[in-house]
Formats: sequence, C-alpha cells, structure tokens
Amino acid sequence: MKRTLVGVAFFAALLLIWQAATASGRWSPVLLPSPWLVAEYLWDALRDGSLLEATAVTMKRLLVGYFIGVAIGLPLGLITSTSRYFEDTIGALALGLQTLPSVCWVPLALLWFGQTEMAMLFVVVMGTVWSVVIATSAGARNIPPIYARAARTMGSEGFDKWTRVILPAALPYVVSGMKQGWAFAWRSLMAAEIFVTILTGFGLGQVLQYGRELSSMDQVIGVMLVIVLIGLIADKVLFSPWERFLHRRWGTGFK
Amino acid sequence: MSATGFGPQSAPQSTSPAKLVVDGVSKWFRTPRADVQALDNINLRVEDGEFICLVGPSGCGKTTLLDIIAGLTPADQGRVLDDDKPVDGPGRHRLVMFQEPALFPWLDVFGNVMFGLKRTPGLTDKQRREIADQHLQLVGLEKFKHAFVHELSGGMKQRIALARALAPDPHVLLMDEPFAALDAITREQLYGDLQEIWRSRKKTIILVTHDVREAACLGDRVFLLSPSPGRIREEFKIPLARPRDINSPELAAIVQRMTLALRNHLGPRKEAAE
Repeated sequence: MKRTLVGVAFFAALLLIWQAATASGRWSPVLLPSPWLVAEYLWDALRDGSLLEATAVTMKRLLVGYFIGVAIGLPLGLITSTSRYFEDTIGALALGLQTLPSVCWVPLALLWFGQTEMAMLFVVVMGTVWSVVIATSAGARNIPPIYARAARTMGSEGFDKWTRVILPAALPYVVSGMKQGWAFAWRSLMAAEIFVTILTGFGLGQVLQYGRELSSMDQVIGVMLVIVLIGLIADKVLFSPWERFLHRRWGTGFK
Repeated sequence: MSATGFGPQSAPQSTSPAKLVVDGVSKWFRTPRADVQALDNINLRVEDGEFICLVGPSGCGKTTLLDIIAGLTPADQGRVLDDDKPVDGPGRHRLVMFQEPALFPWLDVFGNVMFGLKRTPGLTDKQRREIADQHLQLVGLEKFKHAFVHELSGGMKQRIALARALAPDPHVLLMDEPFAALDAITREQLYGDLQEIWRSRKKTIILVTHDVREAACLGDRVFLLSPSPGRIREEFKIPLARPRDINSPELAAIVQRMTLALRNHLGPRKEAAE
C-alpha cells in the first residue's frame, strides 16, 4: 500500500514538472505539448479506435514472431549445448548475430519479402531467436552435472531427460534469455514499423511516424507512452510469473 | 514387524533375491599423459538385504566403483550382475544417493519424491502418490510435502533424497558419502534413522565413505580399499547388534582395528585416512 502511494506520488510529480515546464512558456507548445494535450490525443485516438487497432496490429506481429523465435531458439539452444562442435558453429553464429542490432535485418527483410507482414515477422524472429539460443545453451551447459546423473539413475533418458530435467534446470538462464529476446524483438519491431509502411496493417510505429510527418507532437508523445506502457505490461504479464517461480523455487533474490 | 505399515500392495517386492555381483571389475582413466588405473580387479558379492560399506581414502576409486555398479560409468574389464542380469546402463533398479542431495529445485518436495516413481512402470497414478506419501512419512517429513528444496536444511534434504531413492523400490540402494556434507549432530541422527529404515525395508545397501566409524556403525560387512590403483584389501564382518550407537565402546574397538589395518595397507609414507 505504501509502495503504491510512493509510486503514484512519483509519477504525479513527474507530470507536475512537465506541466510546469509547458506553462512556463519557454518552449513552443508545438515542440512540447502539455500533458493535457497528450491526454486529449490519447482519449480521442482511443475513442475513434485507431489506437487500439494499431496496438492490435503491433501486438499480433510481436507475439507471433516472438513465439516462433522462442520455439526455434529453445531446441536450437539445447542442441548447441550438446557438443563442442555445435558450440563452435551454431553457438558462434548465434553470438555474432545477437550482437547485430536487429534493426539491421530490416533492409534485408524488405528486399527478400517486400513490404509485407512476412518482412515484419522475419525481423521480430531474428530479434528473438539468438538471445534465446545463447541463454538456453549457456543454461544447459551450466547445470550441475549431478542433476543429469540423478535423473539417469531414476530412468530419465533422452527426450524425457532434456524436457524434464535439463530444460527446467536451465530455467534461470532461459527466462533471462527470453526476456532479452523480448526486448530485442520489441525494439526491432518498432524500428521496422517506423521505417516501413505496410499496407496490411498500421502498427504503433507507423502511427508514431505519422505523428512526426504531421508535426503533431501530442501524437508522438502519446504513442511513445503507449509503447512504454505495453513494455511494462508485457514484463508483468509475461515475465513476472516466471521470475516469481524462480525466486520461490530456487530461493534466489531477496525476499 | 512392520512398524511403518508398508503393505504388499504399496511396494512391489521382487520375487527372486536381489543379489549383486561385482565380477573382476577394472577401470582406467585415460589422460593425455598416461593411463591411470583407478580400479584393479574388484570382486564383491552382496546378498539380498545386506548392508555393505566400502571404506578408503580419497582417490581409492570407491566413487568410481559405485558409478560402475550404478551403470553411470562402464567398466573396462569385468562386469556387474544385478539379479543375474549384466548392468549395461543406469536404471531404476540401482538408485543412487549422492553426497549432494541432487534434489531438483524446480519441483517441490513431493514432486522430487515422485520423479522416480513417475518413471516406474506398472503403477497407477494413485499408487504412485500413496507410495510417495508413505516414503515422506518414513523419513519423517510428511509436513514438508509442499516445501521447496531451498527451504530445507542439509539433513532434511538428504532425508528427501533418501525417500526419493527408496520410493521406486530399487533392488539396491547405492550411497556415495551421503552424510559427508552434514554436521556431526545431524549425521548421527541420520545413522539411527537409516538403520531403522534399512531394518523395516530390508533393502540391499552399498555405502561408500571415507569415515571408518560410519562404516562400522552401518555395515554388516565393511571392505577396506587402498588407492592407486583401487583394490579391496580386507573385509571386516561387524557382529554388533542393531541398532548400533556410533559412540559405543564396542564399536570403538572395531574402529580401532579397522583403522590400524587401513594404515598398514596404505603403507608407511601416507598418513591414514580420517
């Protein structure tokens, strides 16, 4: 309760500073609209449905691409961990491509797939997959060998051992890899949407870009707020349960 | 007397005696510089329901021997027979309790005890749950059924590891210095518990330790091993009545004889093991 109050007070103070800055008249309202103007834009965009539609388009691209990325990354990471040769090949490739900012995939995706949903999907998958591969492989290689030995004596071999012992044992690594993959995917999708107009759906990045083209700063800031909000909600909905699970079961983190 | 209430329906008993035979087992470890012989012609016969202890200093290959019996490591020469069948890999008939509890943190206590049971064929899910509950009672931790591994003390973890290893009713329970990481008070408590459980379950146990007192307290027979390469040097029968108290003078006399023997086998250059 006290924590909630502190949080509310902090953000209220930020809003007040913003309001005071606009009220001082030092900056043009075209460049720095007041919180009220931004709130007004958000309210209108919410009511005419354009904001929800853009959010839906963006979230669909992100979620589909992210889950494809995880579905590829998890098994690939486990395979990478099984042999030194895979580590030197797939592992090195993953490490290299992970250091490549995923927005760099956009030009390639455009030439390969054109201005299509496929291009967006490709960028998101590329943003996700390498972080997941690296984290899963590191996690599987770092589990205490005694887990695998104990599991084998209890009759857990092969697929069962990989899915019921090694993957769960590597979970602390896997979750942080999935979190990083999510962050990379989210950033690359925004970049791609700002760069490229795709006629099958206008995402948040595109709405942001139109705000710039129309010099409508309330729209730019409003959409930015929505993007931040989605990031926060995704963190709470997608990752907090996993992190709580890890803290409770592994006894890590402070209580 | 079946004080713990194990009915025949709960724990499937094997019909033929679970005899374990180690037949001329040798093992080398290949390093880039040289081949090091870890075990030299080890022979053991373990009767059904017997409690065997292997004692030796570190480096005598006792853990390697246990791994070979478990099927986790192949022998270079010789073979291991479990119930007249050659061991060719790990399996639920020879379960291992390691020095570290090796409990899985992603499962709660009950889930850990269920892990081996879920992979034991011929049981219904209801039977598995009942057997897991009975084994938690056996080690006195039924109240901690839904606790997580990190919430338990070291002694409690080893009790759960014992319950997990006993639940699928293996032919042989292999114990690799399971008490080495515990404090003395907890350890002595567990000696009592283990003897009680062994008596009520009539389980064949092979325990590896570097502690002569522990071996004398727990074993029907104790084998002394010497290192480089690991060899069985001497066998002691422990005639003391059970349950044994690790601090009794009769036990101390036997421990003294065994320590002397071990010292002789190790030669003058090396100090005796703990």
